Amino acid sequence: MSDFVNEFWNWYVIVTVLVSVIGCAVLLWVQSKANFTAGKTCGHVWDETLEEYNNPMPKWWSWLFYITVVFSLVYLVLYPGLGSFQGVFGWSSAGQHKAEVEKADAAVKPLFDKYLQMDLKAVAADKEAMEMGKRLYLTYCMQCHGSDARGSKGFPNLTDADWLYGGEPELIVETIANGRNGVMPAYGGNPEAVGGASGAKEVAHYVRSLSGLAHDSLLATKGKEKFETACAACHGPDGKGMHALGAPNLTDKVWLYGSSEAAIVETITKGRQNKMPAWKEFLGDGKVHVLSAYVFGLSAGDKQ
Amino acid sequence: MITHDKIERNLGLMIVLTLLVVSVGGLVEIVPLFFQKSTTQPVPGLKPYSAAQLAGRDVYIREGCYNCHSQMIRPFRAETERYGHYSVAGEFVYDHPFQWGSKRTGPDLHRVGGRYSDEWHVAHLMQPRDVVPESNMPAYPWLAQRAAKDSVGADIEAKMKALSKVGVPYTEEDMKGAKAAIGDMTEMDVLIAYLQGLGTALKDAK
Repeated sequence: MSDFVNEFWNWYVIVTVLVSVIGCAVLLWVQSKANFTAGKTCGHVWDETLEEYNNPMPKWWSWLFYITVVFSLVYLVLYPGLGSFQGVFGWSSAGQHKAEVEKADAAVKPLFDKYLQMDLKAVAADKEAMEMGKRLYLTYCMQCHGSDARGSKGFPNLTDADWLYGGEPELIVETIANGRNGVMPAYGGNPEAVGGASGAKEVAHYVRSLSGLAHDSLLATKGKEKFETACAACHGPDGKGMHALGAPNLTDKVWLYGSSEAAIVETITKGRQNKMPAWKEFLGDGKVHVLSAYVFGLSAGDKQ
Repeated sequence: MITHDKIERNLGLMIVLTLLVVSVGGLVEIVPLFFQKSTTQPVPGLKPYSAAQLAGRDVYIREGCYNCHSQMIRPFRAETERYGHYSVAGEFVYDHPFQWGSKRTGPDLHRVGGRYSDEWHVAHLMQPRDVVPESNMPAYPWLAQRAAKDSVGADIEAKMKALSKVGVPYTEEDMKGAKAAIGDMTEMDVLIAYLQGLGTALKDAK
């Protein structure tokens, strides 16, 4: 792209390029007309015996130079190079990229259109679509959810049947397309009801009791009351969570941030923030659909 | 007529002619770039780095991130499919110097801004294999223990002043508030602030 601040630079480039190319041609021509006496030396001797012939350039060599001059002139007519002149082909790197993308899009669009028409569960059963989904997953998703899709601390496992925001096909599409912002406020936003760090410990014991983990029943009993005041709004009175808010089920064996007493106390006292980026704009509907089917297929048929 | 015999026996003339020949490439390919709008004007929406981002950029340079990560998405489909819109010159006018890099042991980072959560970056910088088991990136846990104000943020006002002299539009308030803006952030915090801002000026995702 040449968008000079003024016309001077356009002509500056054109003149410098043409003068140097034509200058090379003139130099070659003038030298070919010069008088040489074959076998005569330049007349100086150094390092005792070294002398230098004053012979003309071999013909094949000067012809190679003439060819480069002709090549450069043809090139400058066809491609951009002379200031703002775009060249006869009108080539640009951005234009080449656009053509490349359009060609590829035209080739894959019918494929994605076909999948978009299909129900997501049917796509998940399609072997070819799942191969595509796997490639997409390994390009865009594995950095957080892992190449085995089992996630890690803070990044959900996609292969189990446990879902923060729901595992229905349309909910997976929504999660991938528009992203999710998970926010658990510290102390559930109600530090008085929890009663500081010691209260958080009691709540942690109660939370551990919900999934049958080892706990102190005295602390858990105290924690139950506090849980019902500060935590039940999102996690539900029975601790089974709520998909609409992305509040995890606390009664199962799945722990995003760890199930140790210390980890749960940390979650309660500091809160948790998590973010799934939105992919709709970047990937487009077709890829989001195939990816959603792939993610759905990872745990399809898996009973919790 | 000037023959090569004359040129070779006259050192002054040879120096002048040599300089003339070798400068043609630079005169045609480098000098005009300083007078082109696409290379000298920021893309719409481009903001100078905040104090924290600027400090983070210095962590990026100090730790040699550019040795393995480029910040230059070329206009090839294979790259734009993975990283997003190819890089354009107007995105780098506030970078002195830009961090295009020349080698990708790790992925390109020009559009990494907003791609991952801050929490992901913390986990990944502390121990890359915690989130990507296949990664061969080194861990940078010490960044979380060092206060940015003691190292990369210590002379932040002077840095901003120097950058404003070469055309980065920092205001007096920006410079005065720079120390406070960095506050108690760690080196990891400022590095993540820098990474999260990368490549976000261009609104087209593709």
